[in-house]
Amino acid sequence: MTMPTLDQQAVPLHWRHRHLLDLEGLTPDEIRTLLDTATLFKEATDGCRRKLSVLNGTTVVTLFFENSTRTKTSFALAARRLGADVVDFSASSSSLSKGESFIDTAKNLEAMGIDAVVVRHVTPGTPHLLAQHLSVGVINAGDGPHEHPTQGLLDIFSIRERLGDLSGVTVGLVGDIAHSRTARSNIWGLMKLGAKVIVCGPPTLVSDRWREIGVEVSHDLDAIVPRCDVLNLLRIQFERQNTRPFPSVREYAHLYAMTRERLKRAKKELLILAPGPINRGVEVTAEVADCPQSLILSQVANGLAVRMAVLWLTCGPRPADAASWPGRDDNSHHARIN
Amino acid sequence: MATLLIRGGRVVDPSQNIDRIDDVLVRDGQVVAIGHGDGQPLGKADETIDAAGLVVAPGLVDMHVHLREPGREEDETIETGTQAAVAGGFTSVACIPNTEPPIDTQATVEFIHQKAARADTCNVFVVACVSRNREGKELADIGQLVEAGAVAFSDDGAPVYDAELMRRALEYCRMFDKPILAHEEVLELSRGGVMNEGLVSLVLGLGGMPAAAEEVMIGRDIALSEVTRGRLHAMHVSTAGGVALIREAKKRGARVTAEACPHHFTLTDESLRGFDSNFKMSPPLRTQADIEAIIDGLVDGTIDCIATDHAPHAREKKMLELDRAPFGILGLETAVGLSVTRLVATGRIGWPRLIEAMSTLPAQILGINRGTLRPGAVADITLIDPNLSWRVDVASFRSKSVNSPFDGWTLQGRAVTTIVGGRVKYRLP
Repeated sequence: MTMPTLDQQAVPLHWRHRHLLDLEGLTPDEIRTLLDTATLFKEATDGCRRKLSVLNGTTVVTLFFENSTRTKTSFALAARRLGADVVDFSASSSSLSKGESFIDTAKNLEAMGIDAVVVRHVTPGTPHLLAQHLSVGVINAGDGPHEHPTQGLLDIFSIRERLGDLSGVTVGLVGDIAHSRTARSNIWGLMKLGAKVIVCGPPTLVSDRWREIGVEVSHDLDAIVPRCDVLNLLRIQFERQNTRPFPSVREYAHLYAMTRERLKRAKKELLILAPGPINRGVEVTAEVADCPQSLILSQVANGLAVRMAVLWLTCGPRPADAASWPGRDDNSHHARIN
Repeated sequence: MATLLIRGGRVVDPSQNIDRIDDVLVRDGQVVAIGHGDGQPLGKADETIDAAGLVVAPGLVDMHVHLREPGREEDETIETGTQAAVAGGFTSVACIPNTEPPIDTQATVEFIHQKAARADTCNVFVVACVSRNREGKELADIGQLVEAGAVAFSDDGAPVYDAELMRRALEYCRMFDKPILAHEEVLELSRGGVMNEGLVSLVLGLGGMPAAAEEVMIGRDIALSEVTRGRLHAMHVSTAGGVALIREAKKRGARVTAEACPHHFTLTDESLRGFDSNFKMSPPLRTQADIEAIIDGLVDGTIDCIATDHAPHAREKKMLELDRAPFGILGLETAVGLSVTRLVATGRIGWPRLIEAMSTLPAQILGINRGTLRPGAVADITLIDPNLSWRVDVASFRSKSVNSPFDGWTLQGRAVTTIVGGRVKYRLP
């Protein structure tokens, strides 16, 4: 199927952002716009297989200061599906290893006439800092443990595809909440769309303070499994932990791995997500990862749709006169200092 | 016989319990007399400064300043740092020894004195290292450093980590009656942290430095001070729990003093939401409850004094990712404005208490002959316009660095004339 209007269509007027830095700063309507646009692109590309030309002439740089294969490939593929040129800037081979600051590196790229930077970095707030220093669009592909907005969006997209409206849906996020950017983006996105969010794991990884923003906190997976419509099983981020937050992997798996036995006590229609890469046997056993309720592989496909939507909304043609577009250089959603 | 008459100001000198409109006469760099409040002229002078409407105070003393020289002259030098000091109303600063090399020999102390004399701007009192090379392993040559002129000892930047070494330092310094200025932090608890541990750090995914990291170390050092009767001075107290521990210790008669920084009674960890490294300092910005506790501590005297922890960092160093940018904030040129705005204008403390906290007590803690307008005292005098409303402009700062988050803020109260040894070293243009 084709959507002949899409190539001419401009980014909707109410979309004000040139950057996608986090989901915390977006309104519920803006998140719906992102998800609706992703649906549009998924249909227009026959499930993300066909190519469009809506971003012809646009150059997107993937600037990854942290290793990633899947997210970077997904962004690159999404950009190409829309007709954009993609340049990969490998941070380790660059002048960064010669001591150049990352802002200087990004400014150099900007001077080459690019339109957007997809950035991943180990430090929270780095995309926000780039957005302040660059005039091109900045898309956060994961900033340390802070946010991973496109991962949050694709998780929510996958849930919405199955369940429709999210209000009243109970989603359990299980595991390493402390170090998970996926958890934070899910928390904000889900809450803004009216879902109930439970975070579950040991107190060393799941702070009681989440309650202060309206998230339910549990340390007992068995207690919450029967109440959940969706379980999102987050990877233990061994690489981000200064000290080990639990005595052993074996003990962690005993308390928090999603096993067939635990699945038996869940609602029949429970959906299982995992942002990957999963540690099979730690967060989830193999038979659960591959069970019919698992959305793990459809998440990957939906990642393309969501990233197409994000790239188009941030880089796509502005209505009429781009210069008069009201939100053109607007960073106000993340400038939260008084 | 050069004489200077400061006419008709509100003379506030807590060391003599003076707070009245009066004249101050200075001759040859010394205070000669304060009038008797009867309007009788103190006599003719070569130069007269009209101080009507101004507070006339003993020169302000900042007992916690990082001048960065030697070793990090790209951030600050003794010359630029003392220029910033007088522009902020300070006539004396105590420089902290985490330089490169650290100030742990008579030669380095002498170097600082020479550089300060050459700069000829304000007094620089030297705080020397507790431990040799600031390594926390063995005591520096404290007695010889005292002979060279060191007024206190500190490994600031880091705590004296070995409890036994800290105990020995407190004990040893007793014979010189010198305080240990302690950076209170349990490093394991704050490792990897860039901001206060709390809801904001949780939401932002930034590493947290819990209040307990400070409180546990303050508790340890109070205990060590009580067992040795050595003098402990807790630097940059930032937590409600720390204030409470010090209050209790003082009630027991412990030889403990404490300071707080203007940024810690002005800003909270909410400021970090913009990921701006100018809000990154150690100890970190805490919560509103901590601000209230610090102000309560300043009101009741638990916190003796205000010090800035002036910590300049060159612009390019702060323009890094938040976890790579160094800790630190400028303080000298905003301290009076922030303190007047946050403490005096709000009615929490009066002028005598402010001057006590910014001059009399820091001078007493350091054991320096400053912080008073007694006849015969060195004529270090600061004139403050208590009502002047001014806009902070970091571009106009005299400091070599610009890492202040207060750029663009409007503050009330500013030093307009700073007199060091009877000579005007700063006049607000």
